[in-house]
Amino acid sequence: MSGLKIVVLAKQVPDTHNVGANAMNPDGTVNRAALPTVFNPEDLNALEMALQIKDRVPGTHITVVTMGLPKAAGIITDSMSRGADAGFVLSDPRLGGADTLATSYALSKAVEMVGNVDLIIGGRQAIDGDTAQVGPQVAEKLDIPQVTYAETLVNVDAKSIELTRRLADGIEQVRVNMPAVITVTGTAKPCRFPHAHRLIKLDGMTVETRNADDIKPDLERIGKKGSPTKVKKIQNVVLAHKESQQVAPTTEALSELMGSLIAEHII
Amino acid sequence: MNFYTDNPSLSFYLHHPDMAQVTEAREQGYSKTEEGGPADNETALRQYEMVLNLVGEVAGEVIAPNAAEVDHVGPQLVDGRVEYAPGTRQNLDAIVQSGLFGLSLERRFNGLNMPRAAIVMAAEMIARADVGFATIWGLQDCADTIQEFADEELKVKYLPRIYEGATCSMDLTEPDAGSDLQSVRLKATWDEANNCWRLNGVKRFITNGDADIHLVLARSEEGTTDGRGLSYFVFDKADGGMTVRRIENKMGIKGSPTAELVFRNAPAQLVGQRKLGLIKYVMSLMNGARLGVGAQSIGLCEAALREAEVYAASREQFGHAIGQFVAVQDLISAIRSRTEGARTLMYETARWVDLSASSKAAARIADILTPLVKMTASEFANKCAYDCIQVHGGSGFMKEYPCERLYRDARILTIYEGTSQLQVVAAIKGIANGAYTKLIADYDAKAALVATEGEMAECLAALRARSAEYEALYAKATANGTTDPLFDHMARKLTEHIATTVMGYLLLLDSARDAHFMGSLKWFLEQN
Repeated sequence: MSGLKIVVLAKQVPDTHNVGANAMNPDGTVNRAALPTVFNPEDLNALEMALQIKDRVPGTHITVVTMGLPKAAGIITDSMSRGADAGFVLSDPRLGGADTLATSYALSKAVEMVGNVDLIIGGRQAIDGDTAQVGPQVAEKLDIPQVTYAETLVNVDAKSIELTRRLADGIEQVRVNMPAVITVTGTAKPCRFPHAHRLIKLDGMTVETRNADDIKPDLERIGKKGSPTKVKKIQNVVLAHKESQQVAPTTEALSELMGSLIAEHII
Repeated sequence: MNFYTDNPSLSFYLHHPDMAQVTEAREQGYSKTEEGGPADNETALRQYEMVLNLVGEVAGEVIAPNAAEVDHVGPQLVDGRVEYAPGTRQNLDAIVQSGLFGLSLERRFNGLNMPRAAIVMAAEMIARADVGFATIWGLQDCADTIQEFADEELKVKYLPRIYEGATCSMDLTEPDAGSDLQSVRLKATWDEANNCWRLNGVKRFITNGDADIHLVLARSEEGTTDGRGLSYFVFDKADGGMTVRRIENKMGIKGSPTAELVFRNAPAQLVGQRKLGLIKYVMSLMNGARLGVGAQSIGLCEAALREAEVYAASREQFGHAIGQFVAVQDLISAIRSRTEGARTLMYETARWVDLSASSKAAARIADILTPLVKMTASEFANKCAYDCIQVHGGSGFMKEYPCERLYRDARILTIYEGTSQLQVVAAIKGIANGAYTKLIADYDAKAALVATEGEMAECLAALRARSAEYEALYAKATANGTTDPLFDHMARKLTEHIATTVMGYLLLLDSARDAHFMGSLKWFLEQN
């Protein structure tokens, strides 16, 4: 079986653990320039999924695509230090201010530009928006099937891929024909570390940048112009429950709960 | 958590002005660009920093979280073989997957050709995560012995395997040969028919004893009884002939398997020349190993500092966090100052070790500084672990907090790779021939250029007063000559005095680059 061609969609996001006072612009959009940035955590799970496929299918080629400011180049070198083969930043002021509709359109055009892609893999959602819409919309625009909430890779052959999905009420195993879009949950295997030798090889590498013209879009459908979403108001919401855990009504489960409460010095 | 980025001292020492000489020497005048070497100091340091940043991530994200369980589960002996604790296996996998074995190897053996000053930094971070695991990781230093002394055939056979994750051990000690390695009895005999040496005998207290690649000190010259009859061999576990008889049940570093090994006709190859095993090769390896224990010790000190700080900030008594009470602050200051003193001494020593390859004068300085690092850092590690428990009060005596593990892990540091008492023996020559006095005079000349006014000048004056005290102490110790037992009796005091003075000067020089270090310098000056 010859190698597969994979595009990983990754996003550089504000580090939500370090949000300061000037995190938002007056118009309600995120002030990206003022925030420290990180690799969107679930996109790292997505990259790991792609690397696992590459481990199983020799000759597989992984291209990482990120849309954002030029400084998002760090996402590409980081991905390549972990094993991706190539990547580019899609950066253009005309693409700025995009909602999920315009973003997924631009990304689908970028995937078309790469050409003959078997799999498009991304994180389930980004921590700065939590919409989980971009992956599915890319699949719709490319008119190919999608597997959301993917957690583990079961099998992959020349034509299809088999995955488990993590759902609220259980785990589902599915097989999908390629090409397809996969979105990966944060419960999937964490991404492997960079490799020391690759880090050094990539030192000084200039990351490729592509602009709006390269992906040949309908200019009415990208950036702010192509984004019907308007932010009306931003509100801070404090959730009452941080985490919940279901305990089975059995003696064992209850004594386990008591044990962990004692261990944590709660009681 | 990343143990490199959360500790600015590491970047501070990586970017020490003298590192320019170190990288230039290591890269032979930056002549190795064709094989992927850096073109200048700035590039070299940037690349080391990338690797250290990765080590910091693996240490913080994988090794540290595994440490408590590894300590609890420990390795098992199954059918004459060691099985690591599952956490140790995970640690090794993460290290291999991220290419962090073989850091010192030449590039042609898939190494990164990193200097000692950068490698001990990696060792420090790994030890901060888990000292027991640091012993396993640190034994990759065996590669240096092979790289330096073995012939090309052995290098090609073994060195690339180390990068791929083959583990190593140094098999030196035996039931009757601990500190006194001249008494080694394990026998090596030449097997003409198979064109190899055969090893027969027992090795005891071998760290990571069931490693893939062993360096074995053995008696190759029949009829001899001292060090001149010993040679050094490399043994490949895959060739068979060695079994593990037991794993020691230890007080600390429990994740690191310490094993008793039985060699029965095990095939081996000679490293370098016959008869030079102990007197040349082991001695050369020993200095590296001592620096390694220095790094382990400082990693442990750093861990103790972090544990103490976190507890002092969160534990409330009398309506305040206990860290707000001066008595607790004093304990934490002592931990921080010892950590920073030992650290500056270690990186200074590591830089001299790196320059030793091309300079005999540098090698002499490295030789006299190494026992100071080994003794001081390991003794400090014990004191820091002790004070860390003290900060925790009653809770520190319980098993719930990591400080009790640190306390147990610290205890071996003053013992293995030469006890503190043997470090004093190693330092005696430098005391008697005035080498330390000359070294301190060199530091004084450098310090005089930067400590011209204010607090800096006051500290320099205090350090000079200490040097004068040393002269008086030395005069007293040598009143009856250096062969009198009085001199031996006072040798430790003299060695400690020198170590503190050297650390003081180094902290003063560091303070000229970053005032942060002034706090630790003052702490040292307040001690007797």
